[in-house]
Amino acid sequence: MKSPVTAIRLPLRPGREYESRFDREPSTLKMLAIPIASIMFGSMVTTLPVFTAQPLLPPFGLLMFLAWRLMRPGLLPVWSGVPFGLFDDIFSGQPFGSAGLLWSLAMLTVEIIDSRAIWRDHLQDWLIASLLIAAALLGGLWIASLAHAAPSPVVLLPQIMLSILLYPLVVRICARLDSWRLAT
Amino acid sequence: MAPPPHRRPGFSRKAQYSLFATYVIAIAGTVVAALLLVVSIADPAGFAALRAAGAEVTAPVARFFNSVRRTSRDIGGNLSAYFDAASKNAALTKEVAASRTKLIEARALRVENARLRGLLKLQEETAEQVVVARLISSTASSTRRIATLSVGSNYGVERAQPVRGPSGLIGRVIESGPTTARVLLVTDAENLVPVMRASDGLPAFSTGLGNGLVVIKPLNLGESPFKVGDIIVTSGNGGLYQPNIPFARVIRKTNDGALARPLADPANTPYAMVMRAYQGEARTAQQSIAPDGAVQEVVE
Repeated sequence: MKSPVTAIRLPLRPGREYESRFDREPSTLKMLAIPIASIMFGSMVTTLPVFTAQPLLPPFGLLMFLAWRLMRPGLLPVWSGVPFGLFDDIFSGQPFGSAGLLWSLAMLTVEIIDSRAIWRDHLQDWLIASLLIAAALLGGLWIASLAHAAPSPVVLLPQIMLSILLYPLVVRICARLDSWRLAT
Repeated sequence: MAPPPHRRPGFSRKAQYSLFATYVIAIAGTVVAALLLVVSIADPAGFAALRAAGAEVTAPVARFFNSVRRTSRDIGGNLSAYFDAASKNAALTKEVAASRTKLIEARALRVENARLRGLLKLQEETAEQVVVARLISSTASSTRRIATLSVGSNYGVERAQPVRGPSGLIGRVIESGPTTARVLLVTDAENLVPVMRASDGLPAFSTGLGNGLVVIKPLNLGESPFKVGDIIVTSGNGGLYQPNIPFARVIRKTNDGALARPLADPANTPYAMVMRAYQGEARTAQQSIAPDGAVQEVVE
């Protein structure tokens, strides 16, 4: 017998209607692709036409990377900081290899923290991310100053503040993406 | 969330070894990244092909959003133009009348200038433009101030060509890809521009501060001769930038120079003109002796 129509809904994924509703598996492609693609898109935000007088745009790739790492430990392998960082270097304007090194060091730092402080809440994760963001941005400036003449670290303060304040939003986005990723 | 208990994978040798291997790969990868960094610091143009490929892939998106941004801004400007049309018309009429006499004087001066140059047998080298293009994105999250230009070597854009906008100098090309090029803005700390004061030709150098301002340092030591409001133009020394391109306006006097704000704002410039290097032949000769990358600039 057909169930009565109580609300008008668009038939999403009509093919699934005839599948079993029990014991569904989330798609492996989606499970893998969503974290990877979201971090890469975060790195590519710099290609949008945003012109700032000083470095102001938060490093969304790094924020996304840290959010995934802190929200889902064990999802990103320990070595993943290197490929994601090198991808970020293509778009960031930093000397090639700078984010590859810094993101990997950030990943190893979180790995060490994970072995010490196992049960953490969101505020502690935010604190860890804040310290890592500040360290990565200052480290990026230091690396840029090895290669070229570089400005004083004071110009980074607004960017560091903005990145730290935007981190919870990025965690929210990650959480939404995560529930979509694991939806069956 | 607590980490999954992968740290102690039980008695399985395979699991223990694979856990160990991930750490080995992580540390080896970090070392590889550090080596790549050393290579790119030693040879800044080394990974230009990779960056150009990245810029090429994302250029269509950047072009699209740039045109959206431009159109939305134009709509606002057009709407507001209707409201003060009458008063603006009156002001402009007055301005045209005032500038007509100035224009005639300037024309006479140009004729006289050409005659004097002819007398002196000075060869005039004009820096002609290569192409007119747009800035489509910038490295807004890095301390380096680099913008992406919407054209590349397909329109003859090459390394070390000056880029200017209608209101002033923007920077110079440092990398050129097939359809995009990267422009080092004058506000970057590495961009050194030979400039002079427009009123009396006082020679100086400009260095970017990385925060939207430039520092102007006169060649002569001593107390800063600048005043707030001085207009700085390029001097043409070094043969890269054409002389008399509007450059910056002094906003604060310091002990040994001045802080100035560049006249061209990359965010608001309607177009960017790529020019041929002023006195290109002399510069080529100089480059063959001491190329740009080989000479280290002194870091202050």
